[in-house]
Amino acid sequence: MSYYSGLTAETIEFQGHKGDKGEAYYARPTGNAKVGGVVVIMHMPGWDEWIIETTRKLAHHGYAAISPHLYFREGTGSPDDLGARVRAAGGVADDTVMGDVEACMKYLRAQPNSNGKIGVIGFCSGGRHTYLAGCRLQGIDALVDCWGGNVVVDDPKALNDKRPVAPIDLTEKITAPLLGLFGNDDENPNRDQVNRTEAMLKKLGKNHEFHRYDGAGHAFFNYSRAPAYRGDQAADGWKKVFAFFKKHLG
Amino acid sequence: MCSYIVEKAKLFGTAKGPGSEWMKVDTANVYYDHPYEAQLDHALCVDFVCEAQGGRERVAIEISRESALELIEKIKAALASGDDAHSKAAEAQCSLAGSQAEVAALF
Repeated sequence: MSYYSGLTAETIEFQGHKGDKGEAYYARPTGNAKVGGVVVIMHMPGWDEWIIETTRKLAHHGYAAISPHLYFREGTGSPDDLGARVRAAGGVADDTVMGDVEACMKYLRAQPNSNGKIGVIGFCSGGRHTYLAGCRLQGIDALVDCWGGNVVVDDPKALNDKRPVAPIDLTEKITAPLLGLFGNDDENPNRDQVNRTEAMLKKLGKNHEFHRYDGAGHAFFNYSRAPAYRGDQAADGWKKVFAFFKKHLG
Repeated sequence: MCSYIVEKAKLFGTAKGPGSEWMKVDTANVYYDHPYEAQLDHALCVDFVCEAQGGRERVAIEISRESALELIEKIKAALASGDDAHSKAAEAQCSLAGSQAEVAALF
């Protein structure tokens, strides 16, 4: 058997929140082995090439990974144009994102390659969505929050119809183990907010591990953005992600 | 930071990008955040759109903070020098109009 197994990747249609038909990128290892599934929640800029490549990376490491296009309701267009429209509209509602993520979990479980385990990983706003999914959705076996901002909301004005609750206030409901990766130079979440999130997790006895990286800010995995990318920290972070998924998803 | 903070400026005008037709614009969505394309940690981003026509198309820029401040100053300077030049032109036009009337009276 080859050291590197092959993978199959394609854009698929899925039924998201309220049955809306959207598209998602689905990548999985070839072969008949039963594998864990991972929902990859995109970052705020959009369903871009880096997110697609990250989804394939998960498949390359042995997981069936699916990344829903959270901006599909904006119609067709380039990822950056759709992202700009969503930003101008104030973002996507939490309820909608949770519906889409739940639908992707259901999709993964329905595949013949599923071992029944589901992880969720998200970046930037997707990190926040991951934390929120851990609080609101049932049946998640592992959570990876990569620098999700606004888990802690210091300004009540930041809460609105689309994002009515600060995720940290729902922490009691988390049941899955949570891995958090953060850059110490990040502004959102900043060090204090990360500390407060971890303090809440500890206080409530939640299974978690947080790792903080010096010399890194927001999005330090993202090699398509040179000012943000930090190679050493990213390499270590990915090792922690895969060790975490190995432990909880198989 | 990645935020949903957007300042909206109401505009009247047109915009054009490479390979595109001129489009009416009535709004500029302005934000200072991580850019999509520019290799900057943060950028001043402006999306020129026409909300009256659905706001689906845009002409966009992502520039550094320093560039944005420079642009603000140059916009102010261009408006000031333009106003000055246009007011002189208006005076000259009045003067020319008077001359034309005087010449016409000779015939």
